[in-house]
Amino acid sequence: MAAGLATWLPFARAAAVGWLPLAQQPLPPAPGVKASRGDEVLVVNVSGRRFETWKNTLDRYPDTLLGSSEKEFFYDADSGEYFFDRDPDMFRHVLNFYRTGRLHCPRQECIQAFDEELAFYGLVPELVGDCCLEEYRDRKKENAERLAEDEEAEQAGDGPALPAGSSLRQRLWRAFENPHTSTAALVFYYVTGFFIAVSVIANVVETIPCRGSARRSSREQPCGERFPQAFFCMDTACVLIFTGEYLLRLFAAPSRCRFLRSVMSLIDVVAILPYYIGLLVPKNDDVSGAFVTLRVFRVFRIFKFSRHSQGLRILGYTLKSCASELGFLLFSLTMAIIIFATVMFYAEKGTNKTNFTSIPAAFWYTIVTMTTLGYGDMVPSTIAGKIFGSICSLSGVLVIALPVPVIVSNFSRIYHQNQRADKRRAQQKVRLARIRLAKSGTTNAFLQYKQNGGLEDSGSGEEQALCVRNRSAFEQQHHHLLHCLEKTTPVGPGSLLSSCCPRRAKRRAIRLANSTASVSRGSMQELDMLAGLRRSHAPQSRSSLNAKPHDSLDLNCDSRDFVAAIISIPTPPANTPDESQPSSPGGGGRAGSTLRNSSLGTPCLFPETVKISSL
Amino acid sequence: MNVRRVESISAQLEEASSTGDSVEDELEMATVRHRPEALELLEAQSKFTKKELQILYRGFKNECPSGVVNEETFKEIYSQFFPQGDSTTYAHFLFNAFDTDHNGAVSFEDFIKGLSILLRGTVQEKLNWAFNLYDINKDGYITKEEMLDIMKAIYDMMGKCTYPVLKEDAPRQHVETFFQEMDKNKDGVVTIDEFIESCQKDENIMRSMQLFENVI
Repeated sequence: MAAGLATWLPFARAAAVGWLPLAQQPLPPAPGVKASRGDEVLVVNVSGRRFETWKNTLDRYPDTLLGSSEKEFFYDADSGEYFFDRDPDMFRHVLNFYRTGRLHCPRQECIQAFDEELAFYGLVPELVGDCCLEEYRDRKKENAERLAEDEEAEQAGDGPALPAGSSLRQRLWRAFENPHTSTAALVFYYVTGFFIAVSVIANVVETIPCRGSARRSSREQPCGERFPQAFFCMDTACVLIFTGEYLLRLFAAPSRCRFLRSVMSLIDVVAILPYYIGLLVPKNDDVSGAFVTLRVFRVFRIFKFSRHSQGLRILGYTLKSCASELGFLLFSLTMAIIIFATVMFYAEKGTNKTNFTSIPAAFWYTIVTMTTLGYGDMVPSTIAGKIFGSICSLSGVLVIALPVPVIVSNFSRIYHQNQRADKRRAQQKVRLARIRLAKSGTTNAFLQYKQNGGLEDSGSGEEQALCVRNRSAFEQQHHHLLHCLEKTTPVGPGSLLSSCCPRRAKRRAIRLANSTASVSRGSMQELDMLAGLRRSHAPQSRSSLNAKPHDSLDLNCDSRDFVAAIISIPTPPANTPDESQPSSPGGGGRAGSTLRNSSLGTPCLFPETVKISSL
Repeated sequence: MNVRRVESISAQLEEASSTGDSVEDELEMATVRHRPEALELLEAQSKFTKKELQILYRGFKNECPSGVVNEETFKEIYSQFFPQGDSTTYAHFLFNAFDTDHNGAVSFEDFIKGLSILLRGTVQEKLNWAFNLYDINKDGYITKEEMLDIMKAIYDMMGKCTYPVLKEDAPRQHVETFFQEMDKNKDGVVTIDEFIESCQKDENIMRSMQLFENVI
């Protein structure tokens, strides 16, 4: 837009000359305009690829990076060009925006990368032109959904780590929702599944006619009436289990109202209600008809399996999401049925002894014909009836075939989405492990640095040589930063290991502070204990360490390399991502580190070990 | 000013009108292309320098790759500049003023011709141009009706959100004032000489003629 306006502005202002003779008041003076320097060609060098454009082109959009004075930050006076260290392929699109006024979205690039480039050059995503806007939005939404799923999966995947102190209710709910969290939940899950199956099978079996051993009555009875007691006991047991499960879920649900309204709880209620109503209703013939109808609802117990089967849930979700297509199918079918039934009725009216006694009676024929079932219990006999009957069957095929692909594609999409979610969860675990490994790498580097005497205040030549490994400038500065942090914060618990020389105690405390920083409070208590074996109370500050009595000197700890060697042994496989932040002592530790750090503690207590490791 | 090549496909179609509608529609989609005169020629005919012409043409070509502006585009441009009111009528009059050869399209030459007068022309030329604008039917006389149309168009551009709110007959009153000043012999029309004479006597107008000089 601005491109067009800038070009036409002289036009519009010139045309104002037309108002001049009509103005009844003096017009305001024109704004002072700087002498136009004429147009010049700017060279923009993006990662080696040179783009040249008129300065006016870039000036069209003054609130972007290239249109404002911000680009002067990137100006290289030696070469006289603006240098940007960005993707040249993406820059092409950005520059075309200045030229044409429309921002197009590249089809084959990652949408995230494109967004980042836009953000860098100061363009808002709303500038994407209409031709590409829909696709841009779709891809962005897809990306966002995927990332949201990732986060969800991460949270769900971290399930096992329940916050300490969660109530029984929360634990119970968790056990219900994720049966794989504990064995008890898993057992419960399978038991309920078993009982659902038993209940359904019992319902089915009790209607099978079974012959009794003694042929007292020639009439065959269904099993339900032959063994009423057995079936009643089975039914009672199942219903008791289901009721118990329902009440437990109700108790554990974080939001009871929402749980009561959820589909699964409704199914549960419908599954167990008939039994209780049957108990309450007295067994007289008037009401037993209704009672029998109620027993039909027992079959809904089979839907309880949807908690156990993901496929069923997907199917249910698909049907819900295809509600409009299903509605359309139903509506069109109904219309067609009514039309054809009416036609068939009137076509067959003349025949005597015809089955088509009324239009509703013809509904049955129409449905059977349209779905191509063709039972043959009702057939037209007149010629007109046969003609319309054949039209009816042909149109039935069409009407039913139309919405079905939509439903199928919906199901396929949802199913694949689910598959993708599962796959992503598995990949997440691998990714997280890799991230942890990378983080531990940096921490280890810092430890190596320290043990090489990088933290030495007064370093001799050989110590410096030890320090200067192949560490990049960035690493050096990073480690220096961590060192400063340690110096700033009084790291108390790290100074527990009393059995170290006071001369080196300061340094050792720092080193140990770093390595024990990741230890949870539990393990630090242990170290306390270990340390306390030798002395009455553990010092809590470095200064007190320095002031320790010399009896703790009997450890041969004058060479820090020994202790350093000890320290470096246990730490290699890092436990937590927080190890690079030694400022948070006790943060994020896990129980596993207890063992390692106690091994850290013990060598200092036993001088023999020190000597051994110094070899 | 001669146009070198006006490849108006629709014009060719009018000759060969035997083909069906669909083919015509397809061919009409092909651009009407227009190439302007050589740079030197334009420079000689207008008061712009070569560099200015280059800048102007680049902007013009960027906006209208086909080389001509039709009335719809013209109206769109003006509606962007004057969003608060309805500028279509005034844009229509302006278009007719720019489109000197009345072929329904403003080419780059027309554009430059108009701008040259408005920005670099003498006072006489500018007044001449303004007269041409007001004289809707180009018969050499400005009647009260023509003036009223023009005035209404300008007031429409202002929109309704003025303060103080303009009265309904404000254009008419303005026209009356205008005719009182300009129409010397009170014959109900304003000729070009009356117009120029009256304007040259008015100091305000003379001063404001210098306003839009430094547009480029």
